[in-house]
Amino acid sequence: MGELSYDVAHLLAGSLVLVSFMQLYQDRLYALLNIFALHALVLTLSVAWQAYVQEAPHLYVTAGIALVFKAIVIPVALHRIIVKLGIHREIETVVGVGPTMLLGMGLVALSMVVMLRVTTDADPLARQDLAFALSVVLLGLLVMVTRRNAVSQVVGFMSLENGLVLAATGAKGMPLVVEISVAFSILIAFIVIGIFLFRIRERFDSVDIQTLDRFRGERR
Amino acid sequence: MVHLALIGAAVLIAIVPVAMLMRTSSHGRPIVYGISLIVSLALLAIALLTLLGSSEAASVAVLPLGLPWLGAHFRLDALAAFFLAVVNLGCAAASLFALGYGRHEHDPQRVLPFYPAFLAGMTLVVLAADAFSFLVAWEFMSLSSWALVMAHHRVSDNARAGYIYLVMASFGTLALLLTFGLLAGPGGGYTFADMRAVPPSAGLAAAVLILALIGTGSKAGLVPLHVWLPLAHPAAPSHVSALMSGVMTKVAVYGFVRIVFDLAGEPAWWWSMVVLALGGITAVMGVLYALMQHDLKRLLAYHTVENIGIIFIGFGLALAFKAHGMPLAAALALTAGLLHVFNHSVFKSLLFFGAGAVLNATGERDMEHLGGLIHRMPQTAFVFLVGCAAISALPPLNGFVSEWLTFQAILLSPALPSWGLKFLVPAVGALLALSAALAAACFVKAFGVTFLGRPRTPAAAGAQETDALSLAAMMVLAALCLIAGILPGLFIDSLAPVVQALVGARMPVQHGVEWLSIVPVAESRSSYNGLLVFVFMVISGWLAALAIHRLASDRLRRAPPWDCGYPDPSPITQYSASSFAQPIRRVFGTMVFRARERVEMPPPGDSAPARLTVELRDLIWDVLYAPIASGVGAAATRLNALQFLTIRQFLSLVFSALVFLLLVLAIWP
Repeated sequence: MGELSYDVAHLLAGSLVLVSFMQLYQDRLYALLNIFALHALVLTLSVAWQAYVQEAPHLYVTAGIALVFKAIVIPVALHRIIVKLGIHREIETVVGVGPTMLLGMGLVALSMVVMLRVTTDADPLARQDLAFALSVVLLGLLVMVTRRNAVSQVVGFMSLENGLVLAATGAKGMPLVVEISVAFSILIAFIVIGIFLFRIRERFDSVDIQTLDRFRGERR
Repeated sequence: MVHLALIGAAVLIAIVPVAMLMRTSSHGRPIVYGISLIVSLALLAIALLTLLGSSEAASVAVLPLGLPWLGAHFRLDALAAFFLAVVNLGCAAASLFALGYGRHEHDPQRVLPFYPAFLAGMTLVVLAADAFSFLVAWEFMSLSSWALVMAHHRVSDNARAGYIYLVMASFGTLALLLTFGLLAGPGGGYTFADMRAVPPSAGLAAAVLILALIGTGSKAGLVPLHVWLPLAHPAAPSHVSALMSGVMTKVAVYGFVRIVFDLAGEPAWWWSMVVLALGGITAVMGVLYALMQHDLKRLLAYHTVENIGIIFIGFGLALAFKAHGMPLAAALALTAGLLHVFNHSVFKSLLFFGAGAVLNATGERDMEHLGGLIHRMPQTAFVFLVGCAAISALPPLNGFVSEWLTFQAILLSPALPSWGLKFLVPAVGALLALSAALAAACFVKAFGVTFLGRPRTPAAAGAQETDALSLAAMMVLAALCLIAGILPGLFIDSLAPVVQALVGARMPVQHGVEWLSIVPVAESRSSYNGLLVFVFMVISGWLAALAIHRLASDRLRRAPPWDCGYPDPSPITQYSASSFAQPIRRVFGTMVFRARERVEMPPPGDSAPARLTVELRDLIWDVLYAPIASGVGAAATRLNALQFLTIRQFLSLVFSALVFLLLVLAIWP
């Protein structure tokens, strides 16, 4: 059991990193949203597996929240926003796809080195989990930094949060309250960002954040 | 006992909302100052009972406030009791004074809410027994006093004074924070009891001394950290000026004594050299600055700097003797320093009250616009004269006793084994003597120009005597100056438990000495009897007056004063403050202040007046502070660009900072 549970957890967490990488090379918004839904789905599986392994029924609640909100509600809502606003469906990147992928690999290597060094005397499962979670967080940030489109920044932010949830569930004994509050804050953030998107769109007829910058009268 | 004191502080904090509600009502002033007066007197009684009482053990209280794993520790030992007494004596006097003086306040809503908070802050600093409560109370004191400095914020330069005060206060608190961090060590023992149990190693203790000097010195006004003091103290309303100058600087001194004598372990031999040198320089620089001032309140503020220097000289000597295993001499020096703490708080409060009364009566702080007030405000003039004589260290008043004791300690210095100290201490003694003499000159100027002669402006000519409550506060303090001057043995004996706890010895018991003399070391060496001097002065003065009035004519005759044969009756031909200070400015000012005098003569045939312009430069500001200020300004201008990045650039900044920190973590050995 121990060997198998370890392997499955490892597999799911690893897939989450892999899906994060997939986000990096998407240049269409719909595709990016689909990948994000996949990301949330993998997270759900991972959390559910942790719930089963740790025999912590409250983690099923977390998994449920991830499935309902992140894999279904948010991607659907973003879809609708894109349709409603008639957003240009190509993503402008700042750095090319190739260098971005290389950077992402560097980040994963960095998070492995850091986590394996720092948590030498922790449970090996938690160690791997934390290293993967940090990679996911960093990759989410990378998505936010290298894209000009506001929707893709939202997606980057959400996948960053997925990394946090992965880390939280990997550690045994994380209280449910913390997870729920994290999930709730993400929901609020999503609403706020959504409203912002509408407002930006209303004013500038675009959600390209360059328009905002031009409005503020700044150089790029 | 400490519980009672804490209740007192709580009452003071509790009247802050009352003061806020009643800020515009006419009853606000008597209620706030009245309650402050009562609470201060109660706290003074508690402090005196603790100090004079026989109970050796300190009373301790731990409240479940502040950091959850630490709590808030409070302790009332002999040292805290002494400073609690000093603080609350000053607070009580200021509250009494403000009952009358506050009537003239234009914006009571800007003063009343912060006043009790300020008192509570000072009381809590003295009571605190862990680093966290100490720093919180310290900041509370700083911020509420800052609000009081800014009470008249529309007066020109007050806003700048408040800003500089705030910057220096934050800097000082940072230094104190680091001090306590070092004292607590890696174990994180933040209570004073833990710090006392584990004294720091020699290297750490050196850093503690330097940081404590910076942290408490910036509040007390040690040169070169004094720059805010002469700006901020005069800017506040006068009773607050008295508190800041007379009392808050003493709270800073308390911080220094607590850290260096109590928490930092055994002193190294060189500590005293740093403290002595700083004290000597502070004393002389303070009085030289004061001599150049014509603003009465600013002059008094610079004298605070001078007296802080004298106090630190006493502490420096105590450190020197303690480090070389001479506890009796250390006890003498420390007693001298602590006694000067008390004395200075009394006469500096008195003098600031007097300056406040003059400011109220005339609306003027500039001495060049005053004069002749002794006829219009005779009682204020009398108590101000007592204060001037006390701060000039004239017997039989209290200032003489503490400075004399400091000199007695200096005279013991040849017994020190260290050659550096053998040379330094006499030099510091010379600085102390110089500063005492210059202080006397400065107060001859302050009293003479303000109260004597003829009024220089209509405002001074129309002055009225101040109200009875303000006078009562000043009378009480003047009486204390005299009592402490003629019965110093009483005060020395009551300081014994404080000194005993800090240097492990005490001065000889003065209680049984005949004729109420004080004998600091041994009868054969030196002794002083203030009562005898006082009686002699009273009798000889009375006899002289009797002789003059009985044997010569006692008719009152008014005649025009001799004016070098020049018949112009204009009061401007009198000695002015700057003309009085000119000789001293020529001797010291050319070097210390780069003083330049320029005479502009009109061309022949032109009847325009000639002009004498004096230029002074504050070298400490120019050398130390101006470069820092311009450097910070330049850096801020550079960093200004960071405010105008795009969202993505901000995110990239956060991202690269995170990656950088992770890299550091990965590469760190």
